[in-house]
Amino acid sequence: MKIDVSHVAKLANLPLTHLEKEKFEKQLSEILSYVEKLKEVDTENIKTTSQVTGLENIVREDKAIPSLDQEQTLSGAKSQHNGFFKVKAILE
Amino acid sequence: MTSLNQITIKEAKKGLKNKKFSSVELAKACLEQVKKHNKDLNAFITVTEKEALESARIADKLIAEEVDLPLLGIPIALKDLFSTKGVRTTAGSKVLENYIPQYDATIVKKLKAAGVVIIGKTNLDAWAHGSSGENSDFGATRNPWSKEYVPGGSSSGSAVSVASDMCIASTGTDTGGSIRLPASFNNIVGLKPTYGRVSRYGIIAMASSLDSIGHFTKTVEDSALFFNVTAGKDYLDATTLPNPTENFTKNLEKGIKGLKLGVPKEFVTPDLDKEVKTGLEKSIKVLEGLGAKIVEISLPHTEYGIAAYYIIQPSEVSSNLARYDGIRYGADRSFFGDEAKRRIMLGTFTLSSGYYDAYYKKAMSIRTLIKKDLDDAFQKVDALISPVCPTLPWKLGEKINDPLKMYLSDVLTVTANMAGVPSLSVPAGFSKNKLPIGIQFMGKQLSESLLFQIGNSLEKQTGFYKQKPNL
Repeated sequence: MKIDVSHVAKLANLPLTHLEKEKFEKQLSEILSYVEKLKEVDTENIKTTSQVTGLENIVREDKAIPSLDQEQTLSGAKSQHNGFFKVKAILE
Repeated sequence: MTSLNQITIKEAKKGLKNKKFSSVELAKACLEQVKKHNKDLNAFITVTEKEALESARIADKLIAEEVDLPLLGIPIALKDLFSTKGVRTTAGSKVLENYIPQYDATIVKKLKAAGVVIIGKTNLDAWAHGSSGENSDFGATRNPWSKEYVPGGSSSGSAVSVASDMCIASTGTDTGGSIRLPASFNNIVGLKPTYGRVSRYGIIAMASSLDSIGHFTKTVEDSALFFNVTAGKDYLDATTLPNPTENFTKNLEKGIKGLKLGVPKEFVTPDLDKEVKTGLEKSIKVLEGLGAKIVEISLPHTEYGIAAYYIIQPSEVSSNLARYDGIRYGADRSFFGDEAKRRIMLGTFTLSSGYYDAYYKKAMSIRTLIKKDLDDAFQKVDALISPVCPTLPWKLGEKINDPLKMYLSDVLTVTANMAGVPSLSVPAGFSKNKLPIGIQFMGKQLSESLLFQIGNSLEKQTGFYKQKPNL
């Protein structure tokens, strides 16, 4: 199995150097070849499992409880302005 | 003679209560051990000496007032994946090198309420990605039994901190073996609980449908005492189970006469290391001697477990790590290490349009079959016994450039995560070069008390935990 590392890295927003691309392409292709073995198993009529303990529709009372205040929330912010996170413009 | 930092939770509780020593003395003994050996072993990323001594002083005051809390005055360490209010939490990654959480994870809150003294945050494979401890951006942790060897990962520092008596117990996370593997490489006890039995809230997520929150202790009884504090429903984690908790020490002394234990034949492959196999066989003999019945059992889809796991887990990793964009806090995505990059790309690929059905959906169907194998097995036996890792600890650097080889070290541990069942790793002796060997017990969901019962019976006979590494 070949993997287009440049395309996947772009989807995942990962900046990669040329050397990294070469290394990862080889390693990821090896891993994907290994997982090919799943094809040996017939899963035609098998349901998928994403939740192993069988809990369903877990809800709680929609009640406001104390949470972090604005100052605490922004305590790790790299850049802030008037109590908001300041980020680079997306649209010019 | 046993020094203070070498004792168990049970012994510490008794000594503190009877005023044989104070919590401050106990914390100082642990911190002294950290100062002596952390340079070599690299078990801690952050040591919180000042906070620890303050907590210990408060604990001593409460003890004087005869306040009784389950872990009052006990020095522990936290894997650096657990958010700690005001204390740097790195996940072992340069991306979060300067991140200071504004709140405590639910488990940290519970442990603090139980009276623990937190002495620091332990090293790990970055984002809990790894089986050796070498993927940490803060340097590899070393195995105290032989410093040229890996301690196992991803909870490398947590295991080493307990094995080298830098603390009395520590927390870990187990997504595909990250507690049991390092426990087995360090001659200590590691519990991976039932999925959802312990809150994940505030613990940096790896693969959310697989992540189990557990701990390392010196003995099985200590593991039960610790679990008494951590287990239980949390309204902040919707996957926590509503089942009432119990006193997990209740069955410890019940013995194992008449219990039926299954050895999955697919776990005892021809390439299983001979000394690991001997460790398993010797443990089986002891268990038989105690009255357990041992039978061979089959988990037919075992060989597909690791392949399915290395699709599901990176898929969830790619989603969970998408939030680290460096925009509001943390460094940007170029700071991810190689292993995180590999898993993000693997997961992005297996979830991408055109490949989703062939990879992700296929793996989730295999997961159903693996779970059914275990359901069927537990119709026939009370619990399963197997090795934890097919090999002994390996040398630092040996597998670091071969990710697939590294992934295959998890081949015997991922089954429990895929099926959400609990598993307890306990010491099973040593190789001729004095490297630890571990075995694991697996039971059906919510069967932790039974696993403690079996583990305690074995441990009382073998007493391996009393052996300490020569630092």
